[in-house]
Amino acid sequence: MSWLTEPMAFGFFRHGLVVATLAGGLCGLIGVYVTLRGMSYIGHGLSHAIFGGAAASALISFNFYLGAGIWGMASALAIGRVTRRRIIGSDAAIGVITTASFAFGIALLGLYGQVRKSIDAAIFGSILGVTLTDVWVVVGVTVAAVTVVFFCYRKLLFTTFDPEVADVSGVNTARMDALLMLLLSVSIIATMQVLGVVLIAATLVIPATVARMLTNSFARMLWLSSLIGALCGFVGMIVSYHLDISSGATIVLVGAALFGVVFALTGPRGLKRAAGLDTHDAPLPAPTAVRAGA
Amino acid sequence: MSDTWVAEPLVRLEHLTCAYAGTRVLVDADLDVSSGEFTGIVGPSGSGKTTLLRAIVGTVVPVGGRVWRQPGLRIGYVPQVETVNWSFPVTVAEAVLMSRTSGRILPWPSPSERAEVDAVLDRLGIGGLGKRHIRDLSGGQQQRVFLARALLRRPQLLLLDEPTSGVDVRTRHDILHLLADLNTDGLAVLLTTHDLNGMAAHLPQLVCLNTEVTGKGSPRQVLTPQVLEATYGAPMQVLEHGGMPVVIDHYTEADNVIRLRRERGAAS
Repeated sequence: MSWLTEPMAFGFFRHGLVVATLAGGLCGLIGVYVTLRGMSYIGHGLSHAIFGGAAASALISFNFYLGAGIWGMASALAIGRVTRRRIIGSDAAIGVITTASFAFGIALLGLYGQVRKSIDAAIFGSILGVTLTDVWVVVGVTVAAVTVVFFCYRKLLFTTFDPEVADVSGVNTARMDALLMLLLSVSIIATMQVLGVVLIAATLVIPATVARMLTNSFARMLWLSSLIGALCGFVGMIVSYHLDISSGATIVLVGAALFGVVFALTGPRGLKRAAGLDTHDAPLPAPTAVRAGA
Repeated sequence: MSDTWVAEPLVRLEHLTCAYAGTRVLVDADLDVSSGEFTGIVGPSGSGKTTLLRAIVGTVVPVGGRVWRQPGLRIGYVPQVETVNWSFPVTVAEAVLMSRTSGRILPWPSPSERAEVDAVLDRLGIGGLGKRHIRDLSGGQQQRVFLARALLRRPQLLLLDEPTSGVDVRTRHDILHLLADLNTDGLAVLLTTHDLNGMAAHLPQLVCLNTEVTGKGSPRQVLTPQVLEATYGAPMQVLEHGGMPVVIDHYTEADNVIRLRRERGAAS
């Protein structure tokens, strides 16, 4: 058991372990909605966009969470605005705005920051800088996300499955969409320090995909995905310590290994279930915001 | 007080005009939907049928005219089955229960909600399928799941968009009989379809639509060569069989030549 107890002697590791486990569970929970709504690329893009805000906040010594949060929401709004004008598709809008923001962050750190180490830590994840405040932030965001999902369970499910009929049935789908975007942004900000900008998207997608391969029930998929995410976070952190590899990379690799095991066990049946995830071949929900003459 | 009392309609469309990106898809449409009615809207693709339903439920805002709904009216909406991803991880019971979004904040269903779901599934002939995944259903069964979800809202008016598309003749017949039964129980039903003859056999009232309303009335009044040509933009023949109008595609001389060439090509 020394492989487990040895790293616990370090305070920074204990903080990192709590954050990684909760972050894995949190991303697993939000990832269910992200994958079922075909938003994986948005998650990937937002994490990159937020990096620009994080870099700018670090340089002017502004609060990281506030700076990254404001930047993230501004990026999400910009994507929404460009997409609504229908000049270019949403994937292209995400590609332009978020990579520009990411490049801006790299440029800022290159020009004014303590370049190499900061960039590596932000991009691939590091547990060295995890403070008690970071732990409480992740705890707070996780509790908030679980509370929202619990009390808005039916409305979020209906909006995700069939937004047009949900709208007709009295669900404020615009509010549910905004709530989910807010949860996604806040989750990315709270977890990017340990998971890293580049690898957050994987923690949103892998647990949900593995869970989908194991079940046909939405409720079971929610708790299974959260459990798988938390397990990957915990195991990934231990492996990260022993192999001296970045925490984000090991967490994602543990998830990928689990995917391989479940794939081997479930075979074509599991793949068939996961085939409906995040695909543009599947019929897209009818637009709820269709406004004639708009 | 007047001797003749006219019931207030559930929904009234007055000079309704809708457009997408400046292109008008529905022009100056007038329609009343009253309690107990069973009406089919027929017309070619792009004639504004789905837009008309969406205007009634409020997801499309008209650019002209108005939609009046009886205050407090409960509407059940059944979209085309192709509008959702049937690989979505929900069971039949979960999909039906989605429409119950108020009255309970806990995620899991109460015993009374479970009983209600079972009862509506039984009523629609898919009792016992509650735990099955929605992808593992036939087209007709998927249509019934949507119908069950709408009925769980205890609607006064049921709107269905192409409920008989993509199903076999037997299933189409079953669905229309089911809707007729619901209508007999007092539910007003308004549906869109491409299936002229199926509607003529089952529905007491039809509306023909081709951006504008081209005809309204019983199948016998509406399914005439004149109204059908105005609706579909091509001549169509109407025969009578068993006292009911039967619409047949009218082949022109040129159509016949093309068809014969294709048949010869396929045979050689």
